[in-house]
Amino acid sequence: MKKIKYILYLLIFAFYLLPSHLSAQQQRFPKPEFESGYEQPSTVTPEPRALSLEYFDVLVLLAVLSLVTWLILKKRSRQGVLWVSIFTLIYFGFYRNGCICPIGAIQNVTLSFADPAYAISLTALLFFLFPLVFTLFFGRTFCAGACPLGAIQDLIIIKPISLPKWLNKTLGLIPYIYLSLAVLFAATGTDFIICRYDPFVGIFRMDAKFLMVVLGISFLLVGMFVARPYCRFFCPYSVLLSWMSRFSKRHLTITPSKCIQCKLCSNSCPFDAIDYPTDEKEVVKSGLGPKRFITYALLIPLWIAAGVFVGERSHTFLSKANNDVYLAELLISNPEIKNDPDNIDVQTFLASGKTMETLVEEAGGIRQKFYYGSMIAGGFIGLVIGVTLLNTVVFRKRQDYVPQKGNCLSCGRCMDYCPVEE
Amino acid sequence: MEKESKSKNRREFIQSGARLTLALALGSVSGLALSKVVKDDYVWQIDPFECTQCGRCATDCVMTPSAVKCVHAYDLCGYCDLCGGYFKPDANQLSTAAENQLCPTAAIERKFIEEPYFEYIINEDLCIGCAKCVEGCTSFGNGSLHLQIIHDICLNCNECSIARVCPSDAIKRVPASEAYNVKGDFSKKPES
Ligand code: SF4
Ligand code: SF4
Ligand code: SF4
Ligand code: SF4
Ligand code: SF4
Repeated sequence: MKKIKYILYLLIFAFYLLPSHLSAQQQRFPKPEFESGYEQPSTVTPEPRALSLEYFDVLVLLAVLSLVTWLILKKRSRQGVLWVSIFTLIYFGFYRNGCICPIGAIQNVTLSFADPAYAISLTALLFFLFPLVFTLFFGRTFCAGACPLGAIQDLIIIKPISLPKWLNKTLGLIPYIYLSLAVLFAATGTDFIICRYDPFVGIFRMDAKFLMVVLGISFLLVGMFVARPYCRFFCPYSVLLSWMSRFSKRHLTITPSKCIQCKLCSNSCPFDAIDYPTDEKEVVKSGLGPKRFITYALLIPLWIAAGVFVGERSHTFLSKANNDVYLAELLISNPEIKNDPDNIDVQTFLASGKTMETLVEEAGGIRQKFYYGSMIAGGFIGLVIGVTLLNTVVFRKRQDYVPQKGNCLSCGRCMDYCPVEE
Repeated sequence: MEKESKSKNRREFIQSGARLTLALALGSVSGLALSKVVKDDYVWQIDPFECTQCGRCATDCVMTPSAVKCVHAYDLCGYCDLCGGYFKPDANQLSTAAENQLCPTAAIERKFIEEPYFEYIINEDLCIGCAKCVEGCTSFGNGSLHLQIIHDICLNCNECSIARVCPSDAIKRVPASEAYNVKGDFSKKPES
């Protein structure tokens, strides 16, 4: 009898010595046979949100987009757009917690191209596409009333101030940089920065890290005076939307028929998106037009080269955002860290049985992607800067007060100022 | 007048050309993406065999308290009196006194079934997903306690912010139709 007990103890001891992933499969302590008629409860696993509801969201998006488009182009009703914005804020913002949104879907689409193993869900793709398609035909009606981030900023505009043109243009470059970085980080599988730094999602969820709350509230405070700061100076999706809108088939017009140059609408746009009629005399007087145009056009390749250079220089820094690269660098530059029991990442890596070589190799592969990606991103930003500068000297004749098709958010405010009857 | 209409015509031509290009670009993006599209939705879930109980699940979820909770795979449980997930390793008495419990929020309920077996039930409302009990159960017991993302709490973020910091890459996207990896009814071997 004693012998059996002894062997049993030995066996249990042996179990303890087995690596934990193996013993997880075995049962150290067999499941008992109950005599009292005990019934084992089952593990509760609540289902995720039903797929049909996700498709319902796509339908709601379509309906809201169509409604805003109709309100802007046919009904010409700012009031209507306002009510739709409130609905959008409640539904896509507070009810759906601002997720998934077309802005973030940029990253899903990018990653699905870059990573063969990444499957994108149809709803995410549709969320990405519908607003762009609508914008290509009707202008940025998505921004007018179907974007929850736009809606929350639109509803708190109190006293918009007009920014000088150079500042508008300079700050307007940020979305291009943001978009490039977001695509770079998504394509390398590093991070979804658009989602992580979405300033309003914490407000929609009513729960966020302290810093994000501060960021969200400061955006709202600034937004009382600088109308829609996120939309104009940060939103990466706005880049794509403004490309679409610039060439849209139809677009909101300030006047229902013909502009009578009454100037009543000239200060009505809180986003400085109304172009005034051009003063031909001024251009002729300066006489610099064509000369400057050629210089600026010739400068574009230089801007691109500069961008590629900056991208190449910064790829090491940027790649540190990737966890694998960061860990590999840390272990190489600071080998004593292996003895630090508090560094969870290092300790987990050491316990995982993965060799240093594999880690370094993986990190090297990712850094290689960053190398090319940063240069492409840099070149793109250089091109954008060059073209923006070129645009400042291009002279376009305008007789009327018209919205800038790319930057106009189709909010409809200016329509109410036009005295012309249909 | 004629000159003006000419330039207008030209501008319209450029406009529609650019519009067509953009439409084609959109079309090809969607075509390419469509080849990889799946009808099912994806959700985030923890692979319990890869989780190393680092504790970040409690701190890094966008929800407070975390959408990650401990679940109990009863099939695997030994119903031990001396539960590695319930008691602190140095507990001097097998009593339910708080100072003996491993769980910082006293979320585990210990219920007597019959001599010498006890059932352990997780109170999800109290659990913060800290993985302390999981660690205890995995190192001293059968490993029947483990973490899962509970989907009626989880917001299904576009990128799970715990997945980003998980040192073991244990959080992965799974099809919404198979939203849980509960140990036991989940046949995946830890290493193959
Ligand atoms: S600019 Fe961006 S954030 Fe603003 S309304 Fe448009 S899509 Fe939304
Ligand atoms: S519709 Fe466009 S131009 Fe008019 S106020 Fe709104 S953003 Fe400005
Ligand atoms: S972060 Fe990863 S390793 Fe840490 S407790 Fe969560 S699933 Fe486990
Ligand atoms: S120890 Fe942590 S994970 Fe386990 S039940 Fe308590 S709170 Fe939940
Ligand atoms: S997806 Fe979001 S809510 Fe769900 S567990 Fe991850 S961080 Fe938490």
